[in-house]
Amino acid sequence: MSVSVKTLQEDEFFYGHKACAGCGGSLAVRIALKVLGERSIAVLPAGCMSAVGFNFPQLCFGNNAIISTFAGTASMLTGIEAGLRAQGITDFHAVGFAGDGGTADIGIQALSGAIDRNDDILYICYDNEAYMNTGIQKSSLTPFGAKTTTTPAGSNIRGNLRPKKNMFEIVAAHGIPYAATASIGYLNDFMGKVEKASTIKGTKYIHILAPCPTGWGIATDETVEIAKEVVDCGLWYLAEFENGEFTLNHKPKEFTDIRTYLKKQGRFKHLTEGDIETITRSRDQKWDALSKNFKIR
Amino acid sequence: MKPYLREHVPTTLSDIPNTTAYEAGYLVTKNAGWRNVRPVIDVEACVGCLQCYLYCPDGVIYKDGGKVAVDYDFCKGCGICKTICKAGAIEMEAET
Repeated sequence: MSVSVKTLQEDEFFYGHKACAGCGGSLAVRIALKVLGERSIAVLPAGCMSAVGFNFPQLCFGNNAIISTFAGTASMLTGIEAGLRAQGITDFHAVGFAGDGGTADIGIQALSGAIDRNDDILYICYDNEAYMNTGIQKSSLTPFGAKTTTTPAGSNIRGNLRPKKNMFEIVAAHGIPYAATASIGYLNDFMGKVEKASTIKGTKYIHILAPCPTGWGIATDETVEIAKEVVDCGLWYLAEFENGEFTLNHKPKEFTDIRTYLKKQGRFKHLTEGDIETITRSRDQKWDALSKNFKIR
Repeated sequence: MKPYLREHVPTTLSDIPNTTAYEAGYLVTKNAGWRNVRPVIDVEACVGCLQCYLYCPDGVIYKDGGKVAVDYDFCKGCGICKTICKAGAIEMEAET
């Protein structure tokens, strides 16, 4: 139980894909498949990772992979798991990779149903905080203040008015066997969580924050740094839910500056001092709740 | 194993399978043309920590005799490897 960069298998299962340079989502998919191995059946709904992975005749997955309906990632995983089990096959992982829109908006019903049935599947949500594949529209995981094409920044309304949906705790509220949050800025933590999830029977959910240079308005070489910084400034957190208990895996000693994090990104350029204060206040409230309800490791 | 470039590019109707399935890891185009800058690894300075290999979104950095090397057919030149390298062993050089 200690996968690291040294022990990670050298095979690549997501290679030659057409994702933008510096794509965070493709890094999450690549690393998860390297941990899970060749006996994984990947399910991808409409979204960036299916758009960049399956361009006939080019197939960038080295393992079995299939595109599902937008809403049906979890239902297709259920079917794959049941079908293979019926054939007596047991040494496989049914893993889904859906974006934030495909998870928190369009696919939430199917996911909720799969968790309710406790199907033996792993659902990974790569969260780039908007519908990036179709040109940056707001999803329910877009944070407050972010500019998207459907939440433009004007003089009266400055970007998205609504806070980010708490998908991790919504999933945990189902009483799921295992759920976790992660960030592509902390891959060792993510690899450990994927490995742990692969050993647990029942439904597993991992929510990984995966910045998108195109949609966030950052340079292609900043993706990993910004994914670290969002955790360090307290706007995202690394946690697990297991046996009915929440655990915080990483508590920054001191938060880095929220303004620095926000102002690096094109999508937050328009924010006023008042907006930044609002975001800081909501972060502090969140961490008050975290320190009450989460075990701190 | 990893997905690799094939010589045969399906072009005619009879090449196209009449099921929805196709061979995994079948690549017919490179991504090299996307790149404005290319990462160049200073093998002397490389300490073999493998962080660039780990954090490359395209997986184009591979282990090579205790150090690393780049598959330039598929590198898009994003520069994450340069920012992640603590040893300062990677430079981005302009493509000509």
